[in-house]
Amino acid sequence: MTMFKPETDAAVLEAVQWAVSEEQPLEIVGHGSKRAIGNEVGAEHVLDLSGLSGITLYEPEELVLSARAGTPLAEIEAAVAACGQELAFEPMDYGPLLGEQPGRGTIGGVLAANLSGPRRLKAGAARDHILGIHAVSGRGEAFKSGGRVVKNVTGYDLSKALANSWGTLAVATDVTFKVLPAAETETTLVVSGLLDDIAVAAMGLALGSSAEVSGAAHLPYPAVTRVAGAALGSDPATLLRVEGFGPSVAYRIGLLRQLLEKAGPMQEIEAEASRALWREVRDCIPFASVPHMPVWRVSMPPADGHNMVMALRMQAAVEAFYDWQGGLVWLAMAAGDPEAGLVRSLVQKCGGGHATLVRATPQQRAEIPVFQPQPPALAALSARLKAEFDPKNILNPGRMASAPERTIEGASS
Amino acid sequence: MTGLAMPEPDAATLARRAEIVAGLRAIVPGEGVVETVNEMRAFESDGLTAYRQLPLVVVLPETTAQVSRVLEYCNERNIRVVPRGSGTSLSGGALPLEDAVLLVMSRFNRILEIDYPNRAVVAQPGVTNLGITHAVEGDGFYYAPDPSSQIACSIGGNVAENSGGVHCLKYGLTANNLLGIEMVLMNGEVVRLGGRHLDAEGYDLLGVMTGSEGLLGVVTEVTVRILRKPETARALLIGFPANEQGGQCVADIIGAGIIPGGMEMMDLPAIRAAEDFVHAGYPLDCEALLIVELDGPAVEVDHLIGLVEQIAIRNGSTSCRISQSEEERLTFWAGRKAAFPAVGRISPDYYCMDGTIPRKELPRVLAGMRELSEHYGLRVANVFHAGDGNLHPLILYDANVPGELDKAESFGADILRLCVKVGGVLTGEHGVGVEKRDLMPEMFSEADLDQQMRVKCAFDPNHLLNPGKVFPQLRRCAELGRMHIHRGQMPFPDIPRF
Repeated sequence: MTMFKPETDAAVLEAVQWAVSEEQPLEIVGHGSKRAIGNEVGAEHVLDLSGLSGITLYEPEELVLSARAGTPLAEIEAAVAACGQELAFEPMDYGPLLGEQPGRGTIGGVLAANLSGPRRLKAGAARDHILGIHAVSGRGEAFKSGGRVVKNVTGYDLSKALANSWGTLAVATDVTFKVLPAAETETTLVVSGLLDDIAVAAMGLALGSSAEVSGAAHLPYPAVTRVAGAALGSDPATLLRVEGFGPSVAYRIGLLRQLLEKAGPMQEIEAEASRALWREVRDCIPFASVPHMPVWRVSMPPADGHNMVMALRMQAAVEAFYDWQGGLVWLAMAAGDPEAGLVRSLVQKCGGGHATLVRATPQQRAEIPVFQPQPPALAALSARLKAEFDPKNILNPGRMASAPERTIEGASS
Repeated sequence: MTGLAMPEPDAATLARRAEIVAGLRAIVPGEGVVETVNEMRAFESDGLTAYRQLPLVVVLPETTAQVSRVLEYCNERNIRVVPRGSGTSLSGGALPLEDAVLLVMSRFNRILEIDYPNRAVVAQPGVTNLGITHAVEGDGFYYAPDPSSQIACSIGGNVAENSGGVHCLKYGLTANNLLGIEMVLMNGEVVRLGGRHLDAEGYDLLGVMTGSEGLLGVVTEVTVRILRKPETARALLIGFPANEQGGQCVADIIGAGIIPGGMEMMDLPAIRAAEDFVHAGYPLDCEALLIVELDGPAVEVDHLIGLVEQIAIRNGSTSCRISQSEEERLTFWAGRKAAFPAVGRISPDYYCMDGTIPRKELPRVLAGMRELSEHYGLRVANVFHAGDGNLHPLILYDANVPGELDKAESFGADILRLCVKVGGVLTGEHGVGVEKRDLMPEMFSEADLDQQMRVKCAFDPNHLLNPGKVFPQLRRCAELGRMHIHRGQMPFPDIPRF
């Protein structure tokens, strides 16, 4: 095994060119904090980008930041926070869920995994904030796309193509993101005691109001007991976050109270305590303490997710909680079996979307396509795109595999 | 056409025209195929009217199945296809080709579903941008991206161009408000991307499709996110003695953590033209005029209006009016929104450019434009999406004066070169089309463009869909796919290895 740890773009290019010429696959890593996500990569050699680090441009008044791909996310978040700004898409930290240290991960990994957080429903994901990239394709060629300005339609948006590509299309060497002012303050309204379907309806009402809700999560038992130091009790908690200027936050929390006054008992969690709570929701902390359970990340139409969970509960022992107004469902499979066929067929049956097996044993990941298998025409198109970037399949081969022979069986019982 | 080289028409296709018309009639019956010169005239140009070309034949399908069969038919016979929405492109993206079928999507004009629980609207691509807002505004919702052509431009065209608008600094472009599409590939395959869930699985093909200018696939259904209309909106109308101060005010507003719903700047020639036209009460004793709109709950808007006013005064504003009524707010906007036709009144013709620059470079770029204006002997007026650095210089010329159109185009190209030179881009929201196609090498290297064209190869390997747009030089996919491998030693004396 060879470990390449380049510190310049030129050295990345050289490493990939060598891999191309020798037809030797490479595993692409930053900090390796999300290495346990995806199918097993069949590569003997590692291209470690953590040495390619540093913020190269940050102009707060222009709302733009550029950094080399291996720059720690923590370094970037600290730099923008010092100027009252943030990455508005609130990238989650998979560390705790995957049994790794928290606070690791690089900005290149943020793009490759298209990370986001609770604010996804208002502010989008990494793909909505990436402005430009420099990268090396699996052909061993350096290219760039996009730029450093927000409004840009010059040519195809290859920056977005790299979002959620998990290092299988190209190796990003530099990334440029839009940054935004951080909210002055925030308050979370907690409504207690709602069943899943009522909670989803309440969140829908809140999101459809002019309260500009920037986070809407629902924590049934036992997930609710594993956040905020168990201070929320054991009754289900529905969380609605409002951010902005002080007087505006107070007014909009009042709006929500009026809107949901008959729903159930309410309390408010303010400022830093609210921020801490949403970090726990963001990082899937309720399932960090049950490491033996496989975890699914399911994306569905917000109003439909809870129907899938209800149907699933009839057939499997499962813990669940919801973010994104119900559109992001985290599932922990209590019996240790991911039940891939069952989960994915119920997702299709209950409104559509996709399920990613983000935590599982190496053996499970060897047997189950971690990423949702696609219909044939879309799978073929994705494969052709991969071939145009990486014709010799040397970048993270197999990581996003959903091999056709691994057909998904429908729910049988 | 002034020096615009389009792909050589295919003689075999031209010779088979009658057969192709019959073939298309078999797929799209009745009035869905238009072939007489008179009827096809309506389609010979889009919003970039300097360029005109009659298509081979026009087809107006009504169903996804028809689109699929038309594309499959053309793909099998090596016939080029140019897709068209409402034809409002300002960059010639829907300019027909002599040997190409013009695929017009205007009959896809229905809203299919309004889904309030998921705050999504599913629409056919020919529905206008404003049509989506109209469908939901009775219930207090709207669709955020608002290109100025929104009364006419289609939502499918918005996907093709990644359209923006005045509000995109705060609410994002089409790409940020699009949840899913159904599209047909050139080979006739129907593919769905995304849906009503927030993030699509696998590679971000939805992101790649958005802004791809009709070169990758034909969109047959669109799902967009809708938002609750803000409770209130108020605007400030601020005059500055110099562009530098206006620019600094914009920077300071954003530096203070305020993202306005809209922030527009105009220079003196644009202010004068607009004021003469609509009498909005714009001050004429300033060099730069800034419109800043805040939206949200009244308590927030009032708070921010006060902050913005203070920032304006600190930057030496010569006048600052705050809208006291909805009517007054709309008056502030009336001049800005009428800026293009207003300029049309003071000049026989104008040519609208669309570069984006890092905002801090505004004084330098405006100064450069003044020099170019003298050099070419043509006037220029500027309107500017100040929040996101998107410039719309309007070059004034007279097409009846021999050589003036050429001069205006050269002037425009020089402006765009200047935008790229200061760290900006060729087009912020109008697209490359044919207009900026030959300037692409100003911004991209051959390797950059080759990788973009390879994406095209994954979707349409025979370059049949909208050829001649975006890319200055078409290269065969087989040639693009060839690997040039530098075989050799493991050459890393400078790479730490473990």
